[in-house]
Amino acid sequence: MKHTISVSVENKFGVLARVAGLFSARGYNISSLAVSETLDPTISYMTIVVDAKDEAILEQIKKQLNKLIDVISVTDFTKKEYIGRELILAKVNCLAKDRTKLERALEGYVAKIVQRKEDLAIVEAVGDEEQVTQLLELLAGFGIKELVRTGKIAIV
Amino acid sequence: MNGAKILVESLIKEKVEVVFGYPGGQVLPLFDALYDAPIKFILTRHEQAAAHAADGYSRASGKTGVCIATSGPGATNLVTGIATAYMDSIPLVAITGQVKTSLIGNDAFQEADVTGITRPITKHNFLVKDVKHLAQTIKEAFYIASTGRPGPVLVDVPVDVQQQESDFIWPAEVNIRSYKPTLFGHPGQIKRAAKLIAQAKKPILYAGGGVITSGAHHELKDLAKRISAPVTLTLMGLGAFPATDELFLGMLGMHGTGYANYAVTEADLIIAVGARFDDRVTGRLDAFAPGAKVIHIDIDPSSISKNIKVDIPIVGDAKNVLGQLLEEIKKIPDTSGWLKTIESWRKKHPLTYKSEGKIKPQYVLEQLYEVTRGAAIITTEVGQHQMWAAQWYKYLYPRTFISSGGLGTMGFGFPAAMGAKMAYPEKEVIDVAGDGSIQMNIQELATCVCNKINVKVIILNNGYLGMVRQWQELFYKKRYSYTCITAPDFVKLAESYGGIGLRVTKKEEVRKALQKALSTKNVVFVDIHVEPEENVYPMVPAGEAINRMINGLA
Repeated sequence: MKHTISVSVENKFGVLARVAGLFSARGYNISSLAVSETLDPTISYMTIVVDAKDEAILEQIKKQLNKLIDVISVTDFTKKEYIGRELILAKVNCLAKDRTKLERALEGYVAKIVQRKEDLAIVEAVGDEEQVTQLLELLAGFGIKELVRTGKIAIV
Repeated sequence: MNGAKILVESLIKEKVEVVFGYPGGQVLPLFDALYDAPIKFILTRHEQAAAHAADGYSRASGKTGVCIATSGPGATNLVTGIATAYMDSIPLVAITGQVKTSLIGNDAFQEADVTGITRPITKHNFLVKDVKHLAQTIKEAFYIASTGRPGPVLVDVPVDVQQQESDFIWPAEVNIRSYKPTLFGHPGQIKRAAKLIAQAKKPILYAGGGVITSGAHHELKDLAKRISAPVTLTLMGLGAFPATDELFLGMLGMHGTGYANYAVTEADLIIAVGARFDDRVTGRLDAFAPGAKVIHIDIDPSSISKNIKVDIPIVGDAKNVLGQLLEEIKKIPDTSGWLKTIESWRKKHPLTYKSEGKIKPQYVLEQLYEVTRGAAIITTEVGQHQMWAAQWYKYLYPRTFISSGGLGTMGFGFPAAMGAKMAYPEKEVIDVAGDGSIQMNIQELATCVCNKINVKVIILNNGYLGMVRQWQELFYKKRYSYTCITAPDFVKLAESYGGIGLRVTKKEEVRKALQKALSTKNVVFVDIHVEPEENVYPMVPAGEAINRMINGLA
């Protein structure tokens, strides 16, 4: 099962390696990881989506993260109401005649065409897991040539 | 002053008396500062031995051990020693030289990414890029190494940082916002634990290295006596409870006593203190103490409910928590029936061996205990001799048994003994070794002779890598694949370094040789030729329930 954890860490070099190393050394799976500075430049914020097969493993992951000296706090969003978003950029097939069709398809999503070149359109979209999954299914109908996604960021 | 002097001044501020290490190109400024510093420096013959010696010093004294090596190969040679300390939660500060900051990442001569290499085997590590941060970093390194669940901390110092000039400003205190160990148990949890103890009929105390680290041995004994509960110890815990006490069941687990393993299996309450339910202790997890509730006291939250689901977790320092618990316990369980059952197991399944044939290693350990009366510090290498030393020598005091428990590092015992001897020059320090393990750091004979570190090494020489041979005998149809090992003439070898060598081939010579070794003011190798194919029993086969032991005496 996937769980979203946010970790605030000291903004020092090597911290990302410590966190990533912990996951690989202990055999935990990271589904996605997003890192950036916060308003306080001495603190970075990591949103990690982990795949943990049971509650005990999730507990261990949190405890092990807390044990890292540079980790300031660990928040588990699993049982919390939180806002989680992901940004995607998708390069999809879009002939001139299909443009309106694509624009229609994007209605109802926080999504837009940010570039169109020859027979391709680049779609930018933001949403929660469900919205992004739905949109990707929709775009698959057009044919997705390339896809990049940021991984989830979350806030309560 | 320059960075090197700042570093040495910082060590003095931390009250460091002894440092173990080895010089090299990228620590030249540091060694220049050490040249006339009021710190005793022990030049080992290999950096690995420097790390183990610092570790042994720490295990014997409770202080933080310090080792120093140069960049690249000097630092990578420390790695086994650092990992050994990490697995056993030993406070260690390792200082390594690094190529100058402008060359880092350039594959320079003797460059290695040492903070990268040691990240998973240190509690924390630092690369100091600015001399202004050096004193603060050293202070933090000692603080992190020695507090909470202790562990090794590495500080990598580029050579140009050692040369840069700066003021020496020693910080008054350390305040790391992301690191605040929990020292006292939660009062609610203490109450719940006391209630569970009052209801228990078959309680057992299972204690480990954490009791020794926190100095909680008096509290452990008080608790055992107060609630009349038997005590079993892990390998790391030996010495935390006197082995001569009637409540003591010996070690548990893979090579634990039958009665300790039966008691844990049948218990209705396990009070785990500073122990981590390691696989060598639990055996098959689903068969471990099936009917027991578990109270787990540990300073490291991640140790709790990692392997075994715990009913009452208590995070805190063992000494504090046991103190809190002793105050809270009002009602005392009746354990008389339980203790009787345990006594019948003790009689029926004693620790034993067949004494006929060649010299038995178990006999040597019994004699060693008799001769030293348990007052010596015993270190070990890893293998059969280590288990015999755990089973057959009676540890009466904490910090008298020093062994690589978690990592299981061959070559640990001899340099660790040097470290222990530096901490307590007046005490007998004896490395119980095998003929295989001793060859892994045998170069340290030179260090002992040069510095008059008069440790004694008892080699239980059976001509095999005995523990692996035992597994091959039992589980691989006696196909002794590369476990028959030749050794040098240990007597001549010791003599060639300027030490003393004694050889023992007859049982009746054992005691005399041990006495002679102990009364000799030099490093002594006692090469004892023991029964070649003696096995360590009882033994729980890997992955088996701990009450399903092979006893070897059928």
